[in-house]
Amino acid sequence: MADKVKIKVDHLTKRFGDLLVLDDISFEVKKGEFICVVGPTGCGKTTFLNLLTRIYQPSSGELYIDEEPADPKKHNISFAFQEPSAMPWLTVEENLEFGLKIKKIPKEERKKRVDRILKLLGMENLRNAYPKQLSVSEEQRVIIGRAFSTYPDLLLMDEPYGQMDIKMRFYLEDEVLKLWKEFGSTVIFITHNIEEAIYLAERVLILSNKPAKIKENLEINLSRPRDVTSEEFIELRKYVTDQIKWW
Amino acid sequence: MEQKYLTRLKISNISKSFPNKEGKRELAVDNISLDVYDGEFLVLLGPGRCGKSVLLNMIAGLMKPDEGKVVLDGEEITKPNPQMGMVFQKTGLLPWLTVMDNITFGPRQRGESKKIYTERAQKYIDMVGLTGFEKSYPYQLSGGMKQRVGIARAYTNEPKILIMDEPFGALDAQTRYSMEQEVQNIVEKDRRTIIFVTNNIEEALMLGDRIILFTNYPARIKKIYDVNISKPRDTMDRTFLMLRKEISENTDLAL
Repeated sequence: MADKVKIKVDHLTKRFGDLLVLDDISFEVKKGEFICVVGPTGCGKTTFLNLLTRIYQPSSGELYIDEEPADPKKHNISFAFQEPSAMPWLTVEENLEFGLKIKKIPKEERKKRVDRILKLLGMENLRNAYPKQLSVSEEQRVIIGRAFSTYPDLLLMDEPYGQMDIKMRFYLEDEVLKLWKEFGSTVIFITHNIEEAIYLAERVLILSNKPAKIKENLEINLSRPRDVTSEEFIELRKYVTDQIKWW
Repeated sequence: MEQKYLTRLKISNISKSFPNKEGKRELAVDNISLDVYDGEFLVLLGPGRCGKSVLLNMIAGLMKPDEGKVVLDGEEITKPNPQMGMVFQKTGLLPWLTVMDNITFGPRQRGESKKIYTERAQKYIDMVGLTGFEKSYPYQLSGGMKQRVGIARAYTNEPKILIMDEPFGALDAQTRYSMEQEVQNIVEKDRRTIIFVTNNIEEALMLGDRIILFTNYPARIKKIYDVNISKPRDTMDRTFLMLRKEISENTDLAL
């Protein structure tokens, strides 16, 4: 894994009127790193994400990708959210191709990438299906596949598995790890599920309560595949849970 | 607990088929037998669309089995029985009635004494933590609160058995978790025999004294788990996590 800094968040602050939501947040993410952001409910995780996607402008501070201010027109920023957002009028294959068409990737290359992703996700037999014919987990896999397809500079995921039960969750977490390893994307994954954060992340950023600051930047030194029943895993989980219980 | 071994509900060799698209009969529930013990919190766990709701409908007398029978305290169930209280995912609260009127609907229809049923309803309104909301209307309540009304309504009918069919399925993860805590508190205050259906493994482990794991469609019993972990259960406890892993590996994945 190269040591190059891919993403730099520099004194990011966001106010809505008098309400200070994010307070001077700074951190770096190296190329190809997978980090999770956790924090108490309502601490500003979604606002943080909205700033990264440039839906909002920060009150002050900046986000840099490859040492330039982040620009969705120039940089590839992909997202996956909690509500599956597959375009209902496109097939699975067309959904996966969508971002690539917008980025004007040539047809040969598009086909190659889409085939590769369909194979990785085990969804080759579903390439011509429409989203309404899919189960929730199949649709989520399409969303994840689509997010990785543009070889994004930054992949943002906001509680994509929030509604799922444990078996499906683990399955989809393994799928995202599989794609991450395959494509070497830089991933920021937001979740309120601490077990999930520790299962996925190389580093966990713990946000404090509003106004959110970074409480801790924690390295997760567990070898993969990670065993959620192991003592080390449970220790880490307890530690992070305590850090979040602020009151 | 000796009480645990008194059988309240006996389900014997229940099967049910439905005609499929080609008109052929297809099995939904395949030869299920199980006992429900007095005072236990029994969880029926199975992947989505496995047939567990069909089974539940037969238990509640809402549907006739093709084969086999359901016996409650020695009497066969052949039609809906007011002694079975039901809580559904879609609460079915009447939007033009207040919380209190929704809860007392059953006893009112049956012509019971108003004084008596109102007192009883108030007791359960307090128990589910909705004191002060007696005159509220369903539209004024959150999803979790509406479910609590559904639970109070079921309890107010003083059922012998409480049946809950995926009551928290439509709630977000955090509300769901707090409702699971609520149910535990309620059961502690007023112990009942409960049959609780879910497709969520962690929910099953949080709540169940026993968990019956079903296969994928058609529903058969795959395994019965005795959950010998004292409540309230710690989701970071190693025994909990090991059992969760075992059940998870044994569950058919509904992809």
